[in-house]
Amino acid sequence: MTVPLLRVTDLAKRFPLKGTLFGKGGVVHAVDGVSFDVRAGETLGIVGESGCGKSTTARLVMRLIEPDEGRIALAGREIGHPQGVALVEARRAMQMVFQDSFASLNPRLTVETSIAFAPRVHGVAEPAARATAHDLLRKVGLDPARFAGRYPFELSGGQRQRINIARALALSPQLVILDEAVSALDKSVEAQVLNLLLDLKRDLGLTYLFISHDLNVVQYVSDRVMVMYLGKVVELGPVERIYDSTAHPYTRALLSAMPSMDPAHRTEAPPLQGDPPNPINPPSGCRFRTRCPFAENVCAAREPLLGALEAGHHVACHMAHAGSGHSNAPAGAARAA
Amino acid sequence: MSAAAPTVELPIAAAAAQGYWTGVFRRLLRDKVALACALVLIAIVLAAIFAPYVAPADPAKGAILKRLQPIGAEGFPLGSDELGRDMLSRLIFGGRLSLMMGLSPVFFALVIGGFLGIVAGFVGGRTNTVIMRTVDVFFAFPSVLLAVAISGALGAGIANAMLALTVVFIPPIARVAESVTTQVRSLDFVEAARASGAGAFTIIRVHILGNVLGPIFVYATSLVSVSMILAAGLSFLGLGTKPPDPEWGLMLNTLRTAIYIQPWVAALPGALIFVVSISFNLLSDGMRSAMDVQR
Repeated sequence: MTVPLLRVTDLAKRFPLKGTLFGKGGVVHAVDGVSFDVRAGETLGIVGESGCGKSTTARLVMRLIEPDEGRIALAGREIGHPQGVALVEARRAMQMVFQDSFASLNPRLTVETSIAFAPRVHGVAEPAARATAHDLLRKVGLDPARFAGRYPFELSGGQRQRINIARALALSPQLVILDEAVSALDKSVEAQVLNLLLDLKRDLGLTYLFISHDLNVVQYVSDRVMVMYLGKVVELGPVERIYDSTAHPYTRALLSAMPSMDPAHRTEAPPLQGDPPNPINPPSGCRFRTRCPFAENVCAAREPLLGALEAGHHVACHMAHAGSGHSNAPAGAARAA
Repeated sequence: MSAAAPTVELPIAAAAAQGYWTGVFRRLLRDKVALACALVLIAIVLAAIFAPYVAPADPAKGAILKRLQPIGAEGFPLGSDELGRDMLSRLIFGGRLSLMMGLSPVFFALVIGGFLGIVAGFVGGRTNTVIMRTVDVFFAFPSVLLAVAISGALGAGIANAMLALTVVFIPPIARVAESVTTQVRSLDFVEAARASGAGAFTIIRVHILGNVLGPIFVYATSLVSVSMILAAGLSFLGLGTKPPDPEWGLMLNTLRTAIYIQPWVAALPGALIFVVSISFNLLSDGMRSAMDVQR
């Protein structure tokens, strides 16, 4: 078995809340024990409601915020570990594209300077860095002669996001984290940028971690999909398994809320009721049980672990695992989760 | 998979790429009020710098028989003061001290307060708390009282007055610098710069300074007028300049006894203080709006 490009193990981040004058504030479990692999050359999509920890996971992987627990290994070498890979080196290998195309570009710098900044930081001489920037502009479909000297406010949203992609590619990373990178764009522009991303991936041999709340987009670009709920992974598997043989009731609810053009694919399942529970004080056992139509006593008593259904398809639900005590669980001998 | 993405997605205005500051300058030139204020200030500053060549008479030479001449009297275009000295010359020479007292405390406060505020805003956490709470202590005093107290404790004199004013202006500038820096720091391009492996110093130099200096500078410009008025006030109270040095605040003080004899002459230094400070204020307003516009 080959070593995955990125291996995240038991990642956790808790944000302490500001205490009031008379007491300590609570703790938000933004990401709680998340583990996953990203294989070289694949696109792993991460989906979930707002506040489920998608973006926090991305920022933890980038080490923009420090994880409280867990390990992140790049090509088998742990980041920040003495025997592993240094953080500065890891940052050359991983880059990120943010959602807000305007806020993620310095309004006072020209497009060219913004793209050349990272190579300059890593000691590339000015002319070489500028040549890299022009080359990348060409790669993302913008003519350097017209765009290199422009400022962000002179560009459209799609053009700015292309610049952000070029900036992320400036250090020739292996892994690019796309945090809602196309979500803020118009649909037509979004399609163009998505196709650009797929072309770049093919041409440069990139690996993507693609975070989005748009299930159609995730289905289009991803090889595998990870579904998150309240800081936990609830389902992880190949894209066609997630979309066609959904195992977790939460994933099913998400997919049923997805608009479909095909009448045969329309589900009559009711949409999810209410808001996600408060992450300061998550429900006991399964975190989804408060909104789950199949919740039973066992769901409150024990937390379902992420277990394999078939090769590569993992789900954290008592209903999917034999011997869990749930009435809908498959018959048969108990299987180690 | 579709073909490669098209090169141009929207026909955008083909305006040539321009520097940010060029655009600010162009918009400022279009603002008539700000432009007029800038011209007034330039004229007054030039007159002060070249005072020996511009002033018609010696500002220290009195004529005891020609005391308190009215405006337009022969040989005294703006009248004369209580010792018979030429008002026009004294006003021109007085601009040197008054402008220096207005500008230099703000400049020093800009350097020190700006540094403190940017560090507090960028580092955040405990450093921020320590710096900003210390600054808040100074905020507790009214600025006039603080200036009078400090320069009173240090003793009269120009240097002490300037020092007192600098201390007065550090807290508000630090406060503005901190809030602007905190705001810029949370933007994604700073995150992206951190993600690219840049150190704190590089990030401040390349990404923070360019975005915070403008607003801080605009705010400081608006403080110049306050500084001039406070400096004039200190001189009026006898804590700043000493006679016979010409300074607008001091001139206002010595001429106040003549207010019933020559009211127009006595009001001249005050009028100049007013004109210069309102020009600085309006210019800073114009600069603010010229820098705010994104297009």
